Amino acid sequence: MKSENIDHVNVKIFAREPDSIDLGDAIPVFHRWIREVVLDELVIDVADYRHVPDGPGVMLIGDEANYSLDCAFGRLGLLYNRKRPSEGTFTDKLLQAFGSALLACSRLEDEAVFQGKLKFDAGQCEVIVNDRLLAPNTEQTWIELRPELEAFFDSLLGSQGYTIKRVGEPRERFRVALETPARIDSSLLQHTASGNQTQLRA
Amino acid sequence: MKASNSLWKENTLNHIAPSLAKEIDVFESEIALKKQGRIDDKVFAETRLRRGCYGQRYDNGRRHDGRTTRELQYPAGALAKGPNTMWDAPGMQRIKIPYGGLNAAQLEVLAELAEEYSDNIAHITTRQDVQLHFVHIDDTPSLMRRLSAVGITTREACGNSVRNVTACPIAGVCQTEVFDVTPYAKACAYFLLGHPDCQNFGRKFKISFSGCRDKACALARIHDIGAIAAVCEEDGVLKRGFEVYVGGGLGPVPYQAKLFTEFLPEEELLPTAQAIARVFARLGEKKNRNRARMKFVVDKLGIEEFKKVVAEERLLLPYDERWTAYLKDVSQYQEMPLKPSAPLVQIERAHAEGFTEWRETNVEKQRQQAYATVTVALPLGDITANQLRSLADVARKYTRETVRSTVEQNLVLRWVSESDLPSVYNELRSANLHAHGAGTIVDVSSCPGTDTCKLGISSSRGLAGELRRRFIEKNGSLDQAVKNLRVKISGCFNSCGQHHVADLGFYGVSRNKNKYNVPHFQVVLGGQWTENAGAYGLAIGAVPSKRIPEAVDRITGKYIAERNPDESFQSFVKRIGKAECKRILENLMEIPSHDADDSLYTDWADAREFTIGDLGVGECAGEVVSTIEFQLTDCERETFEAQLQLDRGDYAGAAKTAYQSMLHAASALLDWKFFAHSLEPDSIVSQFRSHFFDTQVFFDPFVGGNFAQYFFRAHEEADAPKTPESAHRIVEEAQLFLEACHACYGRLSAEPVKV
Repeated sequence: MKSENIDHVNVKIFAREPDSIDLGDAIPVFHRWIREVVLDELVIDVADYRHVPDGPGVMLIGDEANYSLDCAFGRLGLLYNRKRPSEGTFTDKLLQAFGSALLACSRLEDEAVFQGKLKFDAGQCEVIVNDRLLAPNTEQTWIELRPELEAFFDSLLGSQGYTIKRVGEPRERFRVALETPARIDSSLLQHTASGNQTQLRA
Repeated sequence: MKASNSLWKENTLNHIAPSLAKEIDVFESEIALKKQGRIDDKVFAETRLRRGCYGQRYDNGRRHDGRTTRELQYPAGALAKGPNTMWDAPGMQRIKIPYGGLNAAQLEVLAELAEEYSDNIAHITTRQDVQLHFVHIDDTPSLMRRLSAVGITTREACGNSVRNVTACPIAGVCQTEVFDVTPYAKACAYFLLGHPDCQNFGRKFKISFSGCRDKACALARIHDIGAIAAVCEEDGVLKRGFEVYVGGGLGPVPYQAKLFTEFLPEEELLPTAQAIARVFARLGEKKNRNRARMKFVVDKLGIEEFKKVVAEERLLLPYDERWTAYLKDVSQYQEMPLKPSAPLVQIERAHAEGFTEWRETNVEKQRQQAYATVTVALPLGDITANQLRSLADVARKYTRETVRSTVEQNLVLRWVSESDLPSVYNELRSANLHAHGAGTIVDVSSCPGTDTCKLGISSSRGLAGELRRRFIEKNGSLDQAVKNLRVKISGCFNSCGQHHVADLGFYGVSRNKNKYNVPHFQVVLGGQWTENAGAYGLAIGAVPSKRIPEAVDRITGKYIAERNPDESFQSFVKRIGKAECKRILENLMEIPSHDADDSLYTDWADAREFTIGDLGVGECAGEVVSTIEFQLTDCERETFEAQLQLDRGDYAGAAKTAYQSMLHAASALLDWKFFAHSLEPDSIVSQFRSHFFDTQVFFDPFVGGNFAQYFFRAHEEADAPKTPESAHRIVEEAQLFLEACHACYGRLSAEPVKV
């Protein structure tokens, strides 16, 4: 497996105090995002899976990616599910997925219906590779991808400290959980992105 | 779309039956050809439909956002996967599950596919299929390969074909069945799959197998062929067979199937099904798809004439050993338990919370002592990937992976030892699969409706979700008579939610008030689920979507208050009459103006102002494409493959494939014009020469008979050694000959065909 062949990087950023919101409130929000072309990506429709326990919740279906207020494993979070291949290295793909997920989180937090109720904490998140053939959830994949994941989080978090670990059973997709007390937001990500570009130029 | 798509072919190669592998390779080539503009939209649409690749809402590139209709700028631009169907638009993949039979490995693969290609949900349909939504057409060959590797094909899951053959989900373990219909359903499904006699239908064709006459079983009365197990005594020996019904169907105007025969001996099952299929292909409507189901053929001919025509067709059939080959194993067919049977130990308050309620509604004793079936009730037929894996674990741990899907959109575990029920419950509970209420009012069925279907008018799933939530909330206080009612919802009149056979049925319609559209559901009361869908309900009137919960409360309230002792809901509705039913709903049907109350102008689980502007052209019926168009498309694929062989330096292979494509194209023309002809190459060439060349009907206005000469030469040189140059020439000539065949077909099809 070569990390540059890997695509479809998903990022799930967990919510804090998730019990206080009604997922149904996301339905009109996502419909408005489509109408007002809030995102750079082509978004098509809204899917309601609130009836499914620990399911995908409410989804904004797109061409490049789906966004969902996802409840998998009983934990609410914003899941960015990349569908179309994206350009660049594995690190570029991580940056792209994190960037899109963080932007959606921040927009949702700013929505009137969620203000003060919905807060995301990117210090609690997961990276998922949605392609079993290229990245099975095995120790081997972990050994191969860990250095790049650590390099990415080192550049993102510097000396602030974090832990990453592979989670889930082998039948699941390759999934890595990150925990850090640091605050991860779009500005930090931009800083990391420009740092990466500097490294690339160097 | 998926980066790994190119690798799945090699990765699954040793796990797929060659015929299935070939089938998927062909489809992949057709996708490539479509992208090159070498397959007509209409032909490709039917091609993909016959592989289960369905269109979805908004795939015409337009969507109403609640205020205006917007263009969806899909990246592939004008490239289409069917008439007015954008290439990049998400689609639905239907996966046929014959008789609903699934094992653990299949559940796990469905989980993988739901995660990697869909939206993490597998959806069980009202015909025991599985559907994945929001799938990209480019991913479908990989998806199909992964399914094939665990023995599942999507072939003929949609389109004008024999759809999934359904059967009672507790066949073989049912206490009241005549015999286990499973092996017959399986034999029928695979006998008719891809059968040449089933390739020229004007519409779909549905078959079901029931073990009992009195229960709902497999709903024989709503099928094109509904077979119910029966036995008769012959010379003191009990002989197996079927009571057969034909020409049933729901749709806008439902038809009850007619009795074809009270007893069809088992050895006659497959040839009779084949004969019926041939009659349908021959006499069924091809142009007007609204009249193209077999129910119209039966209705037009009358059942006695239909029986006569089928009997005549049966006599014409050439013998096929597959008709009876499977019967030698039928009597031995028996699923086995994994664990020895033992009764449930009843200790008061010893079981987990909810166990008693769950056992009451979701567990049924099997015919086999101390074994039980467990229904895993799925909300709206939806199950996540994680849940599928958990269910696979339970199936492995407690049974020999004996799982079935049901037409009520649930999954059933069979052969659970009763002593294991508490453990099974606990494990299902940890996966959130322990909902009780299977087969009760809580267990609402629904088609996809406006969520994903191009034909959906109102939000059937939105309403189903809302009703389910309300029923669960007051489940404890519901009268037992109401708890046992069934609710089924369709998004439009096409009845995919089977609303006609529910106690409380609803189908989506629209009403207009002062130029605003208002989502409604037509209320259909008193349909009969039992006796294989024995009677259809009465349409009462249309109620705004948002008021349906109130309508349900009023109807069920009246039933509880005014029913006679032991009076069924069907009898009650019949007794009080349509007018009285309507009267109690009448004021709900009045629509306030948009200004006064705009809440009725949106649908359930959809924030947009309601519109019917998103309705598309349905693909349920597929496209009526003549067989020759498929055959010529197949020849296109062969010439394409020949080019690939040429590129790889396989000159002999390329020449052979190119020659084969010419032979098949000539054969297709002969088949089209003269129906039956020899399949020997010499004979094809000879007949083609006399019918198409000597008569000059094949001649091009500019080059005359040159293209036919390419074919004749390729035939003469078929066994000669090939050089790179000669192989290259034959491949080029094959393409030209094929173009000439298309042109000839185009010219002649514009004229009346002489038979």
